[in-house]
Order: sequence, then C-alpha cells, then structure tokens
Amino acid sequence: MVIGLDHYLIISAVLFTLAIAGIFINRKNLILLLMCIELMLLAVNFNFIAFSRHLGDETGQVFVFFILTVAAAEAAIGLAILVVLFRNRRSINVNELDEMKG
Amino acid sequence: MFQAILFYAFSGLLLAAALGVIFSRNPVHAIMFLVAAFFQSAVLWLLAEAEFLAIILVLVYVGAVMVLFLFVVMMLDINIEEARGGLSKYAPLGLIIAALMIVELIQVIRFRSDGEVLQGFAVTPENYSNTEALGAVLYTEHVYAFEIASVILLLAIVAAITLTMRKRPGLKAQNISEQVAVDPKDRMRIIKMKSES
Repeated sequence: MVIGLDHYLIISAVLFTLAIAGIFINRKNLILLLMCIELMLLAVNFNFIAFSRHLGDETGQVFVFFILTVAAAEAAIGLAILVVLFRNRRSINVNELDEMKG
Repeated sequence: MFQAILFYAFSGLLLAAALGVIFSRNPVHAIMFLVAAFFQSAVLWLLAEAEFLAIILVLVYVGAVMVLFLFVVMMLDINIEEARGGLSKYAPLGLIIAALMIVELIQVIRFRSDGEVLQGFAVTPENYSNTEALGAVLYTEHVYAFEIASVILLLAIVAAITLTMRKRPGLKAQNISEQVAVDPKDRMRIIKMKSES
C-alpha cells in the first residue's frame, strides 16, 4: 500500500466538491461563503503539492506559497468589505444585497 | 504501511472537519472546524514531505487568517437564526452537483489515467532539505513573483485599513500640527502689576 499521487488527488477532489456543496448550502451567509472559498483554495494547494512531489520539481511548492499569500490578502480585503457592509446594512444576508438590481 | 494508516486517518479527519464547516449552524463552530481542517491538511502535507508549506499553513492560516475570521465573526454579532434560516432551496441541487462532480473526478483520476499516477512519490535524497530547496528556487528563479507578492500584501494592508477606517464624531483626539504651530502670544499675556507686601 503506497501513498502516492492518486490518493492526494482524490482527497483534494473530495475537499473541493465539499466546498462547492457548502457554497450551495450556505447561500445566505456571506462569511460562510468566504470560508468555503478558503476550503477550495486548500484543495487546489493539495493538487500543487502532490504534483510537485510526483514530478520532483519544487516549482509547484513555490506556487502554493504564492497562493497562500494571495489568499491571505483576499481574506483580509474580503473581511474588510464584510465589516463595512455590516456597518452600513446591519446584516450580511446575501438576499438583502439587491441595490444594484443585478 | 504505517504511512498509509496515518494518511487515511488524517484524511478522514480532514473530510469530517470539512463537513463540519459546511453543515454547522454557528459561524464560530464553522471557523473552529476550518481550523481543524487546516491542521489535518498540514499533517498530510508533512506526510508528502512538504514540511515548509505545512508549517507555513499552520503559522499563517491558523495563526493569522483564521484568527481574523474569528475576530470579525465575534465583532459582527450576527443573528444566527436569521443568518441561517434553514437550508437554502438550492441545497438539494448543490448536493446533486457535488455528487456528480465527485464521481466524475474520481473516474478521471483513478480509472481513466495511465498507471503513472498509481506509483508512490519519488524517494528524496539522503540530505534533502525541503526549506533549502524551496529557498534556492524562490530567491533566484521566482524573485520577481516574490516581489510582486510583497506588493500584493502591501495593497491588502492599505485596502483593509482604508475600507474600515472611519471618522467618528465627538471623538476627543489631539491635533498635533495645531499644537505645534501655536504661538506663545496667542495663549499667554504678560501683565505688569505692583508687588504686594
């Protein structure tokens, strides 16, 4: 029983699918949507690390490093927008955000 | 064999934590499950011999980003019942899409690929240091990307501060430039008077 590329790819696929299901299930709560996006990024990072180890090339791990950086920036700005939204509307319910009539 | 047992145990915990994230009613519990998911992922990355990224995941994600999430959730004082309001009407559709996706992805990964994915990872050399190898390519080949990443972080700092900063009325704050620019003649008056004795 050797743990290899396929095990990591399958765990990553399951994690990504759970995050997509989470986006459908928690459609109303903005903060849970942000957390599901974090789970998706984690699943993507699993793929990069598995292929980096499989091919014996460190570039994949450098890519994960940058994804972590950008995800941290995204979380900080997303939460700042959330705070401003809550300050103005007193709610973070997605259904009430209809000012732009999209 | 031992590695396989560890892998299955921690991936089971990881998937359980992910289920906890998407199904928990309370956002604080969801964040705690997400922290657990990041810890299990860090262990799985350690098993794949990506030690540097595993430690970075724990330090940066669990230590900083998740604490930021927790801080925001506790600051916002969300009405849990209202925010959840039961499962959305799209939940069954989402579960069907997720089930289809997982079947297709496993089909592609496991059964439609050649035998190459079924091999184990390459064995690393004797004195291999993951951190050293990453640093060797990060500061040479990818140095421009590294600098752009620092600019992105600066941008995030500036954006987060400018978005959330507000002028509150009635706040008693010092005006430093006004204090420094004051002339003694405006504040003090010297008067002559006879001494009393």
